Amino acid sequence: MTNAATEAVQVRSLEKSFGEWPVLWDLDLSVPWGQTLVLFGANGAGKTTLLRILATHARADYGSVAVAGYNLRTRPAEARRRIGVVGHRSLLYDDLTCRENLVYYGRLFGLKDHGQRVDEVLEKVRLSSRADHRVRTLSNGMQKRAAIARAILHEPDVLLLDEPEAGLDRESVSILGTLLAEWTDSGRSVVMTTHDLDLGLDWGHRAGVLRGGKVNFPDSDLSDSGNDTGASGIRQAVADALEAGR
Amino acid sequence: MANTQSIERLGSIDRLPSLKTALAAITGVMMLVDLYLIFMVAPTDSVLGHVQRVFYFHVPIAIMSFLAFFIVFIGSLMYLIKRTPKWDAIAHASAEVGVVFVTLALITGIIWARPIWNTWWTWEPRLTTTMILWLIYVAYLMVRSYAPSQSKGAIYAAVVGIIGFIDVPIVYYSVVWWRSIHPSPVVGPFAQADALDGTMAWILLYSFITFVFFFAYMVAERMELRKTEEALGRIRFILRRRGR
Amino acid sequence: MTGLLGPMMVIVWKDVLLELRSRDLVVSVVVFGLLVVVVFNFALNNTPGRSEELAPGILWSAFAFAAVLAMNRAFVRDQEQGGLEGLLISPVSRDAIFLGKALTSLIFMLLVEAALLPIYAVMLDFSALSWMLILTIFLGTLGFAVVGTLFSAIAVQTRSREIMLPVLFFPVLLPVIIAAVEASTRAIGGETFVGLGRWLPLIGVFDALFLVICPWVFGFVVEE
Repeated sequence: MTNAATEAVQVRSLEKSFGEWPVLWDLDLSVPWGQTLVLFGANGAGKTTLLRILATHARADYGSVAVAGYNLRTRPAEARRRIGVVGHRSLLYDDLTCRENLVYYGRLFGLKDHGQRVDEVLEKVRLSSRADHRVRTLSNGMQKRAAIARAILHEPDVLLLDEPEAGLDRESVSILGTLLAEWTDSGRSVVMTTHDLDLGLDWGHRAGVLRGGKVNFPDSDLSDSGNDTGASGIRQAVADALEAGR
Repeated sequence: MANTQSIERLGSIDRLPSLKTALAAITGVMMLVDLYLIFMVAPTDSVLGHVQRVFYFHVPIAIMSFLAFFIVFIGSLMYLIKRTPKWDAIAHASAEVGVVFVTLALITGIIWARPIWNTWWTWEPRLTTTMILWLIYVAYLMVRSYAPSQSKGAIYAAVVGIIGFIDVPIVYYSVVWWRSIHPSPVVGPFAQADALDGTMAWILLYSFITFVFFFAYMVAERMELRKTEEALGRIRFILRRRGR
Repeated sequence: MTGLLGPMMVIVWKDVLLELRSRDLVVSVVVFGLLVVVVFNFALNNTPGRSEELAPGILWSAFAFAAVLAMNRAFVRDQEQGGLEGLLISPVSRDAIFLGKALTSLIFMLLVEAALLPIYAVMLDFSALSWMLILTIFLGTLGFAVVGTLFSAIAVQTRSREIMLPVLFFPVLLPVIIAAVEASTRAIGGETFVGLGRWLPLIGVFDALFLVICPWVFGFVVEE
């Protein structure tokens, strides 16, 4: 399941601009296996852009990016097999049922036994009762859960989540929290961006702040649950970044 | 792959100003001579009169507009493969100048046709293909300006440049074959180019070379302008990085 | 999935399923096709004597306009639901994505044309029972689908997508339309393959050429 090579995510000297607008530069990042990295940052700081590059949806202008051991420039297709993405859009078709959507993605990812796997993930996100309902009829929280099901369907090693808490009801948030804890316990990794400070500190093993085109790690080991100084250091750094981004 | 260092450089385009001045000078001189030749030296056509002189403009301009699209094609192809801005600049500049040329080709074609055949337009293969080329140029420029960003615009335009160029010969032959089935008594300006006598042929050739230089000069001007635009963009780029 | 055919079929299956659910694409394009023929019929002053001459032209004009409408709608709908993004983060190759989408467009357009053809045959008074005509329609529509899918992928991301696709599509596909009209005229007149002359081979060359080029450039179009 886990790739023995180095780290879950390894980024060096990343640069990305949109025409005349620089977004990311001199960016280094590494996420070891079995950890959740939480990224904070002001709006427009580049969190989503970074995530899209990791998801292979966008290409870096410069630098090296490796996810699950695969260099994204040379072996993107293999990397995609090992990556699961939950962005702002669910990427599910409104007019198809949850099950049909998942079967579709299962086939795209070349899963052999997608029937059984689909049932498994639906159970994991507590949507089994809605399996044969059209996605259009689901609440926002449920649609997000269905998207998460889609992301973990092909058993990736790295999960990328862009503001997963957005629009989620409390039940869905707790389901996601449990899922992520199990995820990292089994040795896989997560990179997550969020606006919710408390949520991020709760779920993350390590926290970074995206600012000035790069990620800063202000003394951010959060695995020690009683460690108050780590958390307050992050809070300060995030508050500073949000202030600067205004 | 662009990084901080490569943004500072723009490569061979730095040689532009001196090249541009040379081209301007040569073009100016050649054009004066050309005008003299066309209006003073070329024989007056017995049947068609002075209007026939449009032909010395029309044919070179039309040929040049096709050659320009070939340059757009090469620039587009190289840009998609290499992604260096220089190739995009060449393609873009050639397209902007090229569309002017093809518009002039169509206008001079109409001026030629009207008094002679009493019709504004003839669906003759070469003229029709020129019309399609005009439409493809316009599509090229439109897609560039309607794209969500400059970099995507460059890619979309490059795609249109490649597809369009490959399409043009197919358009030409399809109209030629169509024409052989649906003939019409009207013959276009290019037909006369096939039946030339001595002096006319030389003047036509000279005119063609003049317009090649004219094209090159205009492209150089446009690329110089683009270089300034890009320098401005680079300054903004660096300031934005500092600002964050 | 590293093969081409497998992923293509998955994409086609998904789009067919979607269409069966919402049913809005095929039906509305068929209605549009009927409207075009009615308008052209009056605009060109089509009398029984002239029908033979005008029918192929009206037919292909309607098919071309319908194709542009169909592909535009398909891509806009897909983009709104993030369908392309979902494909891009899957391990399916860009070639397979392009060919899958083109195949979907081809199938939908052939369905629309199959629905329209008998109606046209009646309205414009010609016999549609000709294998050569069907072959011509297939090859012509293939050209529409291949180039149209590429241009739709571009147009749907531009500021004025309704106008961008026709502006790109029509100049480039003109040879196919010319050839298709000429070939159809002969096919309706009862000619065999040889009697169709150079026209079908022209469309064939066009299709083959762009079947190679379009998948390649598609990769550049969808990347960010």
